[in-house]
Amino acid sequence: MKPAPFAFAQPDDLAGLLLALGEHGEDARILAGGQSLVPLMNLRMVQPAMLISLNRVDALDFVDVEDDRIVIGARVRQAQAEEDEAVRRHCPLLADALSFVGGQSNRNRGTVCGSLAHGDPLGEPPAAALALDAEMRIVGPHGRRTVPASQFFLGALETVIAADEMLEAVAVERTRGDERSCFLEVGNRAHGFAVAGLALRLRFDAAGTVTLARVAMIGAGDTARRIAGAETALTGRALDEAAIAEAVAHARTEVDPPSDVHADAGHRRHVLGVLLDRGLRRLAEGDDA
Amino acid sequence: MIEKLDITLIVNGRERHARVEPRRLLADVLRHELGLKGTHIGCEHGVCGACTVLLDGRSARSCLHFAVAVDGAEITTVEGLGGGDELTPIQQAFHRNHALQCGYCTPGMLVTVQEFLAREPDPDDAAIRRALSNNICRCTGYANIVAAVREAARALREAGT
Ligand code: FES
Ligand code: FES
Repeated sequence: MKPAPFAFAQPDDLAGLLLALGEHGEDARILAGGQSLVPLMNLRMVQPAMLISLNRVDALDFVDVEDDRIVIGARVRQAQAEEDEAVRRHCPLLADALSFVGGQSNRNRGTVCGSLAHGDPLGEPPAAALALDAEMRIVGPHGRRTVPASQFFLGALETVIAADEMLEAVAVERTRGDERSCFLEVGNRAHGFAVAGLALRLRFDAAGTVTLARVAMIGAGDTARRIAGAETALTGRALDEAAIAEAVAHARTEVDPPSDVHADAGHRRHVLGVLLDRGLRRLAEGDDA
Repeated sequence: MIEKLDITLIVNGRERHARVEPRRLLADVLRHELGLKGTHIGCEHGVCGACTVLLDGRSARSCLHFAVAVDGAEITTVEGLGGGDELTPIQQAFHRNHALQCGYCTPGMLVTVQEFLAREPDPDDAAIRRALSNNICRCTGYANIVAAVREAARALREAGT
C-alpha cells in the first residue's frame, strides 16, 4: 500500500528539528532511517501529519568515546555502528546485537537511536541498551535530559520521549576487562522478527565471583526488559551449574512473553530459558562477544 | 493539499529531476517518474527485497524511502549494474546457473549480491545464504541462486575485480 499524505521538513541543524517538533509535536514523527516507521506508514498503521527528517543534520552523525561510555548520535546507521572500530573494541555486545537487526539493506539505513526511540518489542537494540546500562540522551525545547535505559521503555512502541522531544544520542557503558558479554537470538528466519533474544553481560572479580549481572531479553514481554530475578540469582557467586540452573528457572517464571504469528508464549518461555542457559555457559567458558 | 517538492537524484550516473509529493516512495519515483521498471515492488513494506537498490553505494530498500528524504543521493538500479548491453559477471552467473525463473526477485537479488561480494569476496555457502536471507524468491528454491553467487564470487576473484 501507499502511505497517506503528509507534510515534510528536513532542517539542517538541531535547532531546526526542535523548532519543527515544537510546532507540530503531537502530529509529527521524526524520520531517521525509516526502517521501522516507513513500513508502518505504507501499511497505514501510522499516519503522521508531518515527517521531520533528521538526515540532513550532520551534527547527529558521531560516535564519541567518553571515559566510561560510547556515545552514538541519532544519525548513526546500524551498519555504521556495527562496523565502527570504537564500537567493536569498546562495546562488542552492541556490535554483536546490531548484526541481528534486519538484513544488510535495513542496517545500512536504520539508525541505532531510531530503533531505540521506536521501542519495537522485538527489536535487538533495546535489549542491548538495557544490558549496557545505556543513558538515553533526550533533547527537547526545554533542553536536555538523560534517562536510564531501565526507565526508558514503557511498552510496545512506547517510550518516555515526549511529543516535542527526540533521542539525540545513546551512551552505552564501555566494556571493561573484567566483563564478558554475548547476544543470542532465535528467529524463524535469519533476519526476520525475533522469537526470543538475549543480551547478556557479566562482570567477574579475580576469584571468579559474578559482581554484576545484566540479563535483558526480547520476546519476554511487551517491551525489551531486564529479568531481575535472574540477575539477582547470578550476582555474588561463582557461575557454576547451580547458579545457571537457578537463573534459568527464575527467568522462565519471570518472563511474560507475547503470543503472535511468530511464536506462542509457551514456546517463547522455553526458548528464553534455553538461550539464557546457552549464553551463561558460553560466558562461563570465556567464549564471549 | 500537500505541496509537491522538487528533487534531484543521480541515478545510474545521470542527474535526474522529479517533482513529487512527500509520500512518494523512491521505488515509485524510479519506476513511474523516471521509467526505470527494473526495480520491482513486491511487498511494499520491506520484507521481500525485490525493490533493493544501491543508495550512496550501499544496498537499501527503495520501498522504505521517501524520495524527498533522499534528495541529492546517488542511486544505482539494476539497469545501472552493467555497462549497457554487457552482463556483469554476477548477471552472467545467474544466467548460466538458471538462478531465475519469473525474474521478479532478480533485480533485488543482483543488487544485494553486488554489495555482498564487494564486501565478502570469498564467502562460504552459509554466508551466501545469510546474505540472501532477506530476499524472497518464490520460484527457484534458492539452490541455483546460491550456486550462481558462488560461481560469480569465483569469477570476480579470478578477474581480480
Ligand atoms: S517491495 Fe520493498 S522490500 Fe518488498
Ligand atoms: S525467480 Fe521468480 S521470484 Fe525469484
